[in-house]
Amino acid sequence: MLSFIVNKQRVNLDVDPSTPLLWVLRENLGLTGTKYGCGMAQCGACTVHLNGEAVRSCVAPVSRAAGKEVTTIEGLSPDLSHPLQRAWIAEDVPQCGYCQSGQLMSAAVLLREKPQPTDEDIDEAMTGNICRCGTYPRIRKAIHRAAGMMTKGEAR
Amino acid sequence: MSAPQIERREFLKFSLAAGGGLLIGFSLPGADMFATAQAQSTTVFMPNAFLRIGTDDRVTVIVNHSEMGQGVYTALPMLLAEELDADWNKIGFESAPVDPKYNHPVFGMQITGGSSSVWSAFEQYRKAGAAARGMLIAAAAQQWNVNPATLRTDSGAVFDGTNRKLTYGQLAEAAAKLTPPAEVTLKDPKTFKLIGKPVKRLDTSEKINGKAVFGLDVKMPGMLTAVVARPPIFGATMKSFDDSRARTMPGVRKIAAVPSGVAVIADSFWQAKMAREALHVDWDDSAMRTFSTNQMMQQFREQAKSPGTNVRREGDPDAAFAQAAKKIEAVYEVPYLPHAMMEPLNCAVDLRADTCEIWTGTQFQTVDRANAAKIAGLPPERVQIHTTYLGGGFGRRANPQSDFVVEAVHVAKVAGAPVKVVWTREDDMQGGWYRPAFLHAIAGSIDSNGNPVSWRSRLVGQSIFAGTMFEAMMKGKEYDPASVEGVDDLPYAIPNLAVESHKADVKVPVQWWRSVGHSHTGFATECFIDELAVLAQKDPYQFRRALLPKHPRHLAVLDLAAQKAGWGKPLPKGRARGIAVHFAFESYNAQVAEVSVDDGKIRVHRIVSAVDCGRYVNPGIIAAQLEGGAIFGASAALFQEFTFENGRLQQTNFHTFPMMRMNECPEIETHIVENNEKSGGIGEPGVPCTAPAIANAVFAATGKRIRKLPIRMTEAV
Repeated sequence: MLSFIVNKQRVNLDVDPSTPLLWVLRENLGLTGTKYGCGMAQCGACTVHLNGEAVRSCVAPVSRAAGKEVTTIEGLSPDLSHPLQRAWIAEDVPQCGYCQSGQLMSAAVLLREKPQPTDEDIDEAMTGNICRCGTYPRIRKAIHRAAGMMTKGEAR
Repeated sequence: MSAPQIERREFLKFSLAAGGGLLIGFSLPGADMFATAQAQSTTVFMPNAFLRIGTDDRVTVIVNHSEMGQGVYTALPMLLAEELDADWNKIGFESAPVDPKYNHPVFGMQITGGSSSVWSAFEQYRKAGAAARGMLIAAAAQQWNVNPATLRTDSGAVFDGTNRKLTYGQLAEAAAKLTPPAEVTLKDPKTFKLIGKPVKRLDTSEKINGKAVFGLDVKMPGMLTAVVARPPIFGATMKSFDDSRARTMPGVRKIAAVPSGVAVIADSFWQAKMAREALHVDWDDSAMRTFSTNQMMQQFREQAKSPGTNVRREGDPDAAFAQAAKKIEAVYEVPYLPHAMMEPLNCAVDLRADTCEIWTGTQFQTVDRANAAKIAGLPPERVQIHTTYLGGGFGRRANPQSDFVVEAVHVAKVAGAPVKVVWTREDDMQGGWYRPAFLHAIAGSIDSNGNPVSWRSRLVGQSIFAGTMFEAMMKGKEYDPASVEGVDDLPYAIPNLAVESHKADVKVPVQWWRSVGHSHTGFATECFIDELAVLAQKDPYQFRRALLPKHPRHLAVLDLAAQKAGWGKPLPKGRARGIAVHFAFESYNAQVAEVSVDDGKIRVHRIVSAVDCGRYVNPGIIAAQLEGGAIFGASAALFQEFTFENGRLQQTNFHTFPMMRMNECPEIETHIVENNEKSGGIGEPGVPCTAPAIANAVFAATGKRIRKLPIRMTEAV
């Protein structure tokens, strides 16, 4: 039996510990906001937080989560109030939307580590996340906008 | 993994812990905006197929095009809401079921493609909204016992001269009893409140909180998951398979042959994938076992040496070429390319004795339903397709054979339970239906004043339409219009001009890929016109201008892009600009790219893209499509190719098939030409100019010509 926290809820699961965390989140826990894109940590669509760090859940065996805290896109905020979500709306970022959960989860770690990221910081933090629709220019603007909101104390 | 019953118990426990409801069932696009059940319970007024109004004032617009990122779930509701005078904050949307009512008014089937959603819906959705508005006014007039002509509408309500007000929700029941008007009057465009405004997309919220349901997210009670072992070489068939180990693996329910390979059906995706790895399949040889793209391109080069089928001919280009003062010949090549949507293909099917329900992200509902019905052995009316969000489409999800849908119905027939077929990234990339590789051999010449006198393009490549149900679109022609589009209408004033087409007899499955033929004709023609400009020792922008006297809309976008990019103004050392202009899908696009080349590595710093797509609905979405189109085009220009050796595709995933990433992405500026021309497309027109603009900029920076994509400085001439 594996036990860990997902979005502040404890879960106990009897699963093969080598199963990637991605598929446990999606299939056993029904948290389908985290996406499958490549299965080899190339595209970032499956990015979640494991004890606050951005990890590629498609290559992380669920055993790695044991005793730890996982946050998925569903846990980023209960009500779209995270500054990144507000900035994503303001900049009309998503097109097809498929990669956006991963983009947001990567950006959330960036903003926590560097509340005023430079373009170079954004390049570094976001280059692991592919967007086929080409929303990069808007993601960049939205990250800067979210950083601005946090400075002005608009963060929740 | 655990036995299914324990899984289900865990599943239930978690779902209760999470507040319930989360995991049970799922909802289709838009349902997150307001609970579907509630909306339906209050719906009383459904004047036509395109909208419903509830007593709660909610207006639900039913959208007959698939949302794959291009914004139709916002643009089409805007059209309807405009004429309805709806309150935009009360607008929701839903994907249409498959029904002839939702057919594309021009193409005659339910389809999302050809950059046609907005222009084809422009009147259809406005009329639907206007008809509803007329009925709501009539209902208010009855209630107040006044002449309907004295009433006005605004923000979801009807008002009389004294500002008495009845909301659409309050009028819904009465309006439902009225007969829809036979004719409606549409608004004067000058009075538009929504159309033409950068209204925020309606689908953003559910795409940033994990709630948007894509095909891959579909879950049904008792649903199994399947992966299919498909042949490693196109055309190979399954001879035999050994599943002695695979079938004993945890969670595996069934392993069975299907026409496309061997289906491995399990309780979960990971179990199915693990079991597939333990499966041993013997494949029959295929005629393609020796196929290589290097050899194929060599053959294309040979073919291009002889005349092809005549597509267009004016004057005598061969004689003019022979006599010309200066001449140049160039061969341009582009590779096979996959669509590589971020969401790999998938399709969920619940097949019963007399019904078949399909959940998938498709661009091709009518065709998919007909193809699925044949496999299911049911009349098409017994097959329903629920269109989910599409995690990208780019043409791949409009497959003439409905490959991913048909296969899933076959799997459902052996599964004996609802089943979702999931393609891994490798399955998706290796599954075929690529943009065809193409070769353009172009010969051109100029006179002593530097004016072009001849141009002859010979194209070699596979036909997309040949052998499909769309062969009729070739209209008996000896060439495929989708192969030559964008060169058959070359706009430049050149007195002697020929376009010839050669068929390539290759069996790689090919398909429309964002911008179709324009994806290579734009590259070849806009690079070659640049070569002619240099031959004439003229500025590439001015050279184009002089050759477009009869094409004011080409000129307008060319001028706008050049002006906004600062064409001719000094740049930092090492940087240079390239320009391109192209007409596709009834819209005009010009781009200027700014690049530098350092140690053979190309950096694109900035792209300025100008479009004339006629009357537009949402400039915010247009900007997004131009940004995305340029990035899509730049990925192809700089990084992407599919190659075959010994019949096997050499690229499998994003490590061998790279995409442009954040750190490589240029600044992109977009501009729209304002006019009142008929609406054109926007999803595809922003792609074709990017590769030639970059390639021409590389020439300006280095003096090296790029004639092959993806660009490699080692192959520049």
